[in-house]
Amino acid sequence: MIFANRTYIFSKKIDLYFTGVNDAYKFTSLFFKEAIKKPFHMRELVNQCFEVGLKSLALISLTGFIVGIVFTKQSRPSLEDFGATSWLPSLMGIAIVKALGPLVTALICAGKVGSSIGAELGSMKVTEQIDAMEVSAINPFKYLVVTRVLATTITIPVLVLYCSFVGLFGSYINIHSEETISIISFYQNAFKSISFLDVFTSVTKSVVYGFTIGIVGCYKGFNATQGTRGVGKAANQAVVLAMFLIFVEEIVIVQIANWIRYF
Amino acid sequence: METPLSQNILNNSEQVISIHGLYKSFGDLQVLKGIDFNLNKGENVAVLGKSGTGKSVLIKIIVGLLKPDLGEVLVFGKKIDKLNSTELNETRLRIGFSFQNSALYDSMNVYQNLAFPLTMNVKNLTKKDVDKAVSEALEAVGLTEKLNEMPSDLSGGQRKRIGIARTLILKPEIMLYDEPTSGLDPVTSAEINKLIIDVQKQYNTSSVIITHDLTCAKSTGNRIALLFDGRFLNVGSFEDVFDTDDEQVKGFYNYNFIQ
Repeated sequence: MIFANRTYIFSKKIDLYFTGVNDAYKFTSLFFKEAIKKPFHMRELVNQCFEVGLKSLALISLTGFIVGIVFTKQSRPSLEDFGATSWLPSLMGIAIVKALGPLVTALICAGKVGSSIGAELGSMKVTEQIDAMEVSAINPFKYLVVTRVLATTITIPVLVLYCSFVGLFGSYINIHSEETISIISFYQNAFKSISFLDVFTSVTKSVVYGFTIGIVGCYKGFNATQGTRGVGKAANQAVVLAMFLIFVEEIVIVQIANWIRYF
Repeated sequence: METPLSQNILNNSEQVISIHGLYKSFGDLQVLKGIDFNLNKGENVAVLGKSGTGKSVLIKIIVGLLKPDLGEVLVFGKKIDKLNSTELNETRLRIGFSFQNSALYDSMNVYQNLAFPLTMNVKNLTKKDVDKAVSEALEAVGLTEKLNEMPSDLSGGQRKRIGIARTLILKPEIMLYDEPTSGLDPVTSAEINKLIIDVQKQYNTSSVIITHDLTCAKSTGNRIALLFDGRFLNVGSFEDVFDTDDEQVKGFYNYNFIQ
């Protein structure tokens, strides 16, 4: 007999888990290799940036605005107890730019964009469209994965900045309904307490989140199996895993930023 | 009786595909168990066999989508599993692969489906060149009027034809058909069979036709190769292959041609 029966090092489940981690590592490494090699599919990249950015804009606007209003409403009573409502713009600036803006945008994009990438690539995989590209001498990884991951990495930081501005505007509307404050004065106060490191950390976070959403969606979609059931599974796993990783990355990046701040 | 085409093939002994001792397994499941196979220039070989006997795996190995576990697969004299990505792509440009479910890009219309492999592989093409190549390929499959339709609006037979047109646009020397008539009615199947023969004549292709449809195999194949349990049981003309007392072969024949 040429092929011996397969044996497992630990158990089937544990072995498959480590194989999956190794596959994900290889997939990510391949992205960096392919991203710097020619040809660059600029038209597809622009198309994907449009898909990720413009189509998420309405949802991000609405959510950012509501988060701004709600967070201001909930913070007001606590500050009122200390007679410190004048600190509201500063508090909202710190909260939205440093934490809420990146996190809310990333979670929305993980749901909207990550699932869409996972489902689209998963569907292409199970209907052999990815194989069809490969046999036509087109590199499907470069055309499908590199463009989508770059698009999320570029576009999500822009969406984060936009979401932060809209969130602060929501906060302003809420404050303005109770106190007299001009919008310029509000934004000046909000940004007064934000340092360069805060903005840099926020942008870094959003770049990392964007990359995570893109690579996880593509990885899950590219490895979809078992027909239509597999497509649903890929979309679902893309969202769940991306959200989990976003929270882990949040802890790590905030911790690193704090070390730098007190260095 | 030898037809002029098959006589021509016999005289022309250049092998475009040559396979020796090919093994392939997936986990514990052994699919191909030592296959030897040749495809001569200009001939059509129909590979027949039950579902799950490794017919599609065979052509996926030929085009480099799967790697063999053991054995040698030579395409145009080159070991397909030893080629680097550039060489593999150069070889793939000479091979057309028609998928069982057509595998049309469902986000693109028919024109874009056909133009995509061309524009991605051939540089400095004008819009006029692409339009001409697309209309030529659509003409070859008789579907010129479907240019702006989406794949979801096409029938099964039309999808197969567009899938074949998409491969023809790169003028392949070898065509690999994966179950070209599966899921089609007898009339549409006959049209696809005729199309396969037309492609062979018009584009001078050598083809491997994977099928479990005996009518398709008989009408399109210059030779028939019968794959059973991961090995070729019989290879030859249709009459030679089925002129046997083997129960498996007879069962396969009787099911297709109800006797």
